[in-house]
Amino acid sequence: MSDAFYELTAHELGALIRSKQVRAVEIAQSFVDRVEAVEDCVRSYVTTTPELALEQAKLVDESIDRGNEVGPLAGIPWAIKDNMSTRGILTTCSSKILRNYRPVYDATVVDRLGGAGAVTLGKTNLDEFAMGSSTENSGFFVTHNPWNTDTVPGGSSGGSAAAVSADECVFALGSDTGGSIRQPASYCGVVGMKPTYGRVSRYGLIAFASSLDQIGPLTKDVEDCALVLGCISGKDALDSTSLDVDVPDFTKSLVEDVKGLRIGVPREFFGMGTDPDVEAAVRGALDLLVTLGATAQETSMPSVDYGLPVYYIIAPAECSSNLARYDGVRYGLRSADASDTVGMFQKTREEGFGDEVKQRIMIGTYALSAGYYDAYYLKAQQVRTLLRRDFDEAFAKFDVLITPTSPTVAFRIGERADDPYAMKLSDVCTIPANLAGIPAISIPCGFKDGLPIGLQIMSRALDEETLIRVAYTFERNTDHHARKPSLRK
Amino acid sequence: MGLTREDIDSVALLSRLELSDHEKQRLTVQINKLLGDFQKLQEIDTSGVEPTSHAMPVFNVFREDLVRPSLAAEEVVANGPQVEENCFVVPRIVET
Repeated sequence: MSDAFYELTAHELGALIRSKQVRAVEIAQSFVDRVEAVEDCVRSYVTTTPELALEQAKLVDESIDRGNEVGPLAGIPWAIKDNMSTRGILTTCSSKILRNYRPVYDATVVDRLGGAGAVTLGKTNLDEFAMGSSTENSGFFVTHNPWNTDTVPGGSSGGSAAAVSADECVFALGSDTGGSIRQPASYCGVVGMKPTYGRVSRYGLIAFASSLDQIGPLTKDVEDCALVLGCISGKDALDSTSLDVDVPDFTKSLVEDVKGLRIGVPREFFGMGTDPDVEAAVRGALDLLVTLGATAQETSMPSVDYGLPVYYIIAPAECSSNLARYDGVRYGLRSADASDTVGMFQKTREEGFGDEVKQRIMIGTYALSAGYYDAYYLKAQQVRTLLRRDFDEAFAKFDVLITPTSPTVAFRIGERADDPYAMKLSDVCTIPANLAGIPAISIPCGFKDGLPIGLQIMSRALDEETLIRVAYTFERNTDHHARKPSLRK
Repeated sequence: MGLTREDIDSVALLSRLELSDHEKQRLTVQINKLLGDFQKLQEIDTSGVEPTSHAMPVFNVFREDLVRPSLAAEEVVANGPQVEENCFVVPRIVET
């Protein structure tokens, strides 16, 4: 057995641990060393927790030594997007305003994975407060795409996607408000799923846009996605929007079978600057699924063309309300030169927030202000209803919808920094699933110039099982997911 | 409908942001550009369409009103920028 445990998946490592061929501590050490070796050129992590990882791994080993049965994620090292609360561990949202914030409680997802024996490697970089598509908006530093370190990893969960891709963890959690799990998963060549809204508790996820935010896994393959999803899903008394529905055993959906599957291909997802090579890879994936027994048919979802403006009204409106809490009173930064209360709020927020966050707070505040509410916010919510209806109609005819995850592959660092429209366009295919609340997954389906291309599969609300089955079938018949970036120190 | 510099001043105050002149200038341009993009929505007839504020139908979530453990006061104030005797210290609000 080589010492390159860091190259393996959760299901492979879990089997080694449970059959007592390898100690969890050896695996944790392998990842700690790997992070040390490649972090300089990737920069996935805001905070690393190597001592905690080794300590947690030791507890798993001790439990096994006592003869206990351990679950599939026991001893598996993972990374957490830095907008999820971790007790006693810095949780910054990659914002200067929370630079020193140490939560006094764990997010429910952290609690559940901790209970399953997963081993914490650290907290990953993001666009400040998850607002962005490239991780260039981090208040601290830019994360690099392991496939080509001159390009962005995508965002906002760019640190999580890059860490999985560079073997700096086995899996990671991200959050997805308009594509922030799927788009970076696509750019970094890993599997990323946004579950149904409410499938996973948001307790302890630092809020951006509460009606859209959802936590989900980034993994090296579809089997790991099923394992992690199973662990984090389910009703939580601490999040009243979490859904009180049964959590299926998602590993039962790891079957190679798409016979009779009806695939819809909505043409609106192929407009707007889609790279012909990305389209070709997606069409190739569709051909393969048809060869394997599915049917595919073009369809139209006209409201999708309005997804971007709807999103860029609703998300800032919700963010302007959620981010009102950063006032310099209870946590985070407080400006040193404040003499009165309102001045303290204004100076603290001016010093603590970056440009993108300020812009979204301003747009949201304006869209919600008296006199403009109907023209912007109400209108956007109504068009959101039309978009949901388009999905309802599509899912009356089709089991899944398949599209590119993003119109292009990863772009160069800095290339779109001065072109907000081009930046936002990278989320044009992912935003509709958030607005409709439905689950969607991105899996690798090809390469262009050495950079990964992502395939997006969407299904009905609470039908993650079909997503997993289709994604697994595709993965078993291709080898895109098995390729690794040739990162050198 | 474009945003003027005066509008930006008033939205900045509502947003509790003390923006520099340079930022105000930049935001005026950026926000007006976005508002232009939003005009696209006016193309659609939404008369009689119910707004969606929440994608999944969850209403009136109740729980039993039971006493349960909560954070200790020291933990609640642990991240406060300025704390005295388990209280957050802020600039004077009420004149005596």
